Amino acid sequence: MATVKVSEAEKVYILHGIRDDLRVDGRGCEDYRHVEIETDVVSNTDGSAKVTLGYTAVLVGIKADIGKPKPMVPNEGYLEFFVDCSANATPEFEGRGGEELGTELSNTLYKVFNNKHSVDLKSLCISAGEHCWVLYVDVLLLQCDGNLYDAISIAIKAALFNTKIPRVHISADEEGGKEIELSDDPYDCMRLDVENVPCIVTLCKVGHRHVVDVTLQEKACSVASLIISVTHKGTITCTRKVGGGSLDPESIFEMTEAGKRVGKALHAPLMALLQQEESLGKKRQKVGFLG
Amino acid sequence: MAADMRLPTIRKPVSLCSGERKDLVVPGDVITSDTGFMRGHGTYVDEDKLTASVAGEVQRVDKLICVRPLKTRFNGEVGDVVVGRITEVQQKRWKVETNSRLDSVLLLSSVNLPGGELRRRSAEDELTMRQYLLEGDLISAEVQSVFSDGALSLHTRSLKYGKLGQGVLVQLSPSLIKRQKTHFHNLPCGASIILGNNGFVWLYATPSNEEEEAGGFYTSLEPVSLSDREVISRLRNCLLALAAHKVLLYDTSVLYCYESSLQHQVKDILKPEVMEEIVMLTQQKLLEQEG
Repeated sequence: MATVKVSEAEKVYILHGIRDDLRVDGRGCEDYRHVEIETDVVSNTDGSAKVTLGYTAVLVGIKADIGKPKPMVPNEGYLEFFVDCSANATPEFEGRGGEELGTELSNTLYKVFNNKHSVDLKSLCISAGEHCWVLYVDVLLLQCDGNLYDAISIAIKAALFNTKIPRVHISADEEGGKEIELSDDPYDCMRLDVENVPCIVTLCKVGHRHVVDVTLQEKACSVASLIISVTHKGTITCTRKVGGGSLDPESIFEMTEAGKRVGKALHAPLMALLQQEESLGKKRQKVGFLG
Repeated sequence: MAADMRLPTIRKPVSLCSGERKDLVVPGDVITSDTGFMRGHGTYVDEDKLTASVAGEVQRVDKLICVRPLKTRFNGEVGDVVVGRITEVQQKRWKVETNSRLDSVLLLSSVNLPGGELRRRSAEDELTMRQYLLEGDLISAEVQSVFSDGALSLHTRSLKYGKLGQGVLVQLSPSLIKRQKTHFHNLPCGASIILGNNGFVWLYATPSNEEEEAGGFYTSLEPVSLSDREVISRLRNCLLALAAHKVLLYDTSVLYCYESSLQHQVKDILKPEVMEEIVMLTQQKLLEQEG
């Protein structure tokens, strides 16, 4: 994980600030930095999104491919995750430096997104036991300034919303074999239902309080954090504790409640924004990476 | 709590000066086709024409033409005020990160040690170096000399330099700091600022009794009052807003920006549209003051 050095006095300043509910950048404990979302930024994917959260930037691309369903669940498709930590984000990631963080992130993403409650996996099935759609979700970290989990989850939700999977027609030939035909029309495609896709909220315990959307400086002051994935209804689908420190049950309870509240509030503006972007259609001004 | 989400917009630079500057060049710009000039840093000769290889400002000294790049690391000169972070404690010296190409050094012989201004450094002093400055600590210092490889040697032989206590560090581009007689300012809004020539800016609450602060290695860990905190956070966000729109930083510009931002909440300053408005107001005020 990208880390920054912070002196003792700076830590004291940050700690006291969080105690008084006024953080270094003027936010309260449950405020997010402002988020910018753009979808359809990479043309050779089926769905993509770029999210910047303060100085954290992630790019997510989704590619749909036809594969064989898992034997345990023959009538469902599945998702594959890969997180690439670019050395552009921080020199620490150079070579194999980002591998550990990448695996950790992708393992969490599997847990959060790859289940039938988050994404309608049945709709990814083409013919049971034989063919299904596999969604390869590739995450690229472009800049790290804390709170990677939340930014990635928002980006994945946006990219899933943006994903267009071509429709397929199955025709049987004379010998009883099946043939898959992809539709030629680029507009004849299937969209995913992202309503139940959760967003991740990371709560960091700093001093006696917990904060959301930490910057790297604040992260350096915290000992443990709780990762919670919350759906739009406020249902918690996954929790994980990261960091070396310990949390007592009471504060875990408080943090879960706060996470639920914050997570629920995250979905409405996100969906509204995605709908708005969608409705602009071709009129939308593309910003991309040079804006 | 509500998260602020938006679509990215293409940012236009906010600038009130319309006059085109002849001395600003981008890579590939022909500076002169006269062959009587000498080729300096940041230039190359292409078909007998002197061409810029970096984006920056053209400087002429007699027959020598150089281009001083705008996006650069810190090129220190003797007398520059810097803010830096200790990265290593070595024999008789500290290594300091000052945003230069090489780590700067702070020699044990160029700091004021407690007890006696000018005394010989004993072996004991060498052993207790960590008691004065530890890895991660922030210091303000002055450039004493530049080594042949470009590394800087710093000194803190004045009461105004030394270890920094509680406050906020903002890291900006060194080209944005305006060179002035003094880089230490007690702003009338209630906080103090050190504008390091290396682009590191330190914001802290104005100390009440002067003799206790600065120079010493003692730092107060008493909580900073909420009102001071708010001023510091506001100044921090103002600095980032000015830097985002490439406004030169000095006491007046920072103060004008602070005044223009007063009608907004601290955490809203970093929103792109608010940022634009504040910077516009600041530039107007600066123009009025000049003209």
